[in-house]
Amino acid sequence: MSFGLLFFVFVLAIFLGVELISKVPSQLHTPLMSGTNAISGITIVGALTAAGSGADLLGSILGTVAVIFATINVVGGYLVTNRMLAMFKRKSGEQK
Amino acid sequence: MMDTTQALIDLGYIAASILFIIGIKMLGKQERARMGNLMSALGMLIAVTAAMFECCLDFTWVITGLVIGSLIGLIAARTVKMTSMPQMVALLNGFGGIASLLVGWENFHSQPDSTLFARVAVLLAVLIGGVAFSGSLVAYGKLAGKISGKPILIKQQALINVLLLVAALICSLFLVFTPGGIIAYVVFLLIVVLSLSLGVFSVTPIGGADMPVVIALLNSYSGLAASAAGFILLNNVLIVAGSLVGASGLILTGIMCKAMNRSLGNVLFSGFTAGPGKAVSTAVQGEPKPISAEDAYYILEAAGSVVIVPGYGMAVAQAQHAVRELGEILENNGAEVRYAIHPVAGRMPGHMNVLLAEANVLYEQLAEMDDVNPIMETVDVCMVVGANDVVNPAAREIESSPIYGMPIIDVDKAKTVLVLKRSMAAGFAGVDNPLFVKENTRMLFGDAKATVQQLVAQFKES
Repeated sequence: MSFGLLFFVFVLAIFLGVELISKVPSQLHTPLMSGTNAISGITIVGALTAAGSGADLLGSILGTVAVIFATINVVGGYLVTNRMLAMFKRKSGEQK
Repeated sequence: MMDTTQALIDLGYIAASILFIIGIKMLGKQERARMGNLMSALGMLIAVTAAMFECCLDFTWVITGLVIGSLIGLIAARTVKMTSMPQMVALLNGFGGIASLLVGWENFHSQPDSTLFARVAVLLAVLIGGVAFSGSLVAYGKLAGKISGKPILIKQQALINVLLLVAALICSLFLVFTPGGIIAYVVFLLIVVLSLSLGVFSVTPIGGADMPVVIALLNSYSGLAASAAGFILLNNVLIVAGSLVGASGLILTGIMCKAMNRSLGNVLFSGFTAGPGKAVSTAVQGEPKPISAEDAYYILEAAGSVVIVPGYGMAVAQAQHAVRELGEILENNGAEVRYAIHPVAGRMPGHMNVLLAEANVLYEQLAEMDDVNPIMETVDVCMVVGANDVVNPAAREIESSPIYGMPIIDVDKAKTVLVLKRSMAAGFAGVDNPLFVKENTRMLFGDAKATVQQLVAQFKES
């Protein structure tokens, strides 16, 4: 894939992000932040590649540590967000 | 055969990207936010599964990493207290940053003679990821109270940051044009150290009340670092997801800055009270009028509408459950109760909302500043619990005030204002608050939780 094409995708995604976020009510800012934070754990895909194809021991270790951190980010991020969102209740649908 | 697998993998990445976009979209509406979070988690699962098909010659390392990471993440998310959420979010964010840094490092290590393009991407992932990591760790320390939350002044802080950044950029430039070799490796490690130091020096001077801006900004960095990792691996799903997060973090940062009427540069490069604007603080004329809990009870008992304005002091005193109980009693007493929340109240964007939701305050009762201000004159009693700067009318009235121009919740326009406060000390900004001596203001001194519990007891006795 050429640099031009990747950069094109990058710029489009930035604009899409701006459009998606600009109208979120402030009540939901924390879950929004921790939810997007979990998404930034997508670097796990890169970490997997790094861990699975490390050229030598140090390479594999670097990759594996990356996988560990990224996984904590992903798993922790989604669970924490879910916990917070579960607390926001309305009069009608009272859960829990 | 190979082609089919590759096509399926690519399809998986596209599906993941779409799920992220839909997920973020749904996070913006309370009714669908939980579903949105699930969608985005599903996207992540698909992306990871797809990656497993193309990543690995050897799965031992990969599985080890996944298992350890999942366990830690699971336990941390289960056990963390809601009150510790700001530091938890900071910590998780830092982990994302360091992961991107390590992806860059591994690539540099294993493919020393990569293309110019890949090299630049590696350096970006290391620089941004490093700042996101160490910056988040410092933010974590401040939020968890392990480091002083006060703005710590470092002499020539701006200069140090500029020097660190310039040094990192010069080293990067050197690396871009130097193929592998021992010198290149040393320079690379130097860049890692420089980026980590930059994160520490950037966040350390920033005070607690500015944390919402910093957390939002660091959130954006970790997204951009993931995006840079995507450029290393030529992988679109990383680029898309990373830049979505980068953009959303920037938007949040902008919202937070606007809510404080400050520029990003002002937040990053000047400790608030230490700034040049500090000198002029007009002494506030008048005497505060302290009252007892019993007097406050009579005021609240007669109120037909009550707006509660929580601030960081409520979080410190752990008063949210007591406040909710009082709110319910007031409602049963026939009053209309709402909670007005300033966008930067607390230590992270939306902090107060999460605490109140945890205490079972209904979503409908959580009101934004702009919804409450227009009707403030019709409110009988406005109860300020541990908030100070965000309700300081000096922001509206006193041009020489350092916080002049900051949007505030106009509590002073309510018929009566009850301020629950530990003492007469100034808020984070170190600015006197004329609200406390206004004609319609009554002060209730003491620990916020104890005071609210006294009020609840008063209601129960009668």
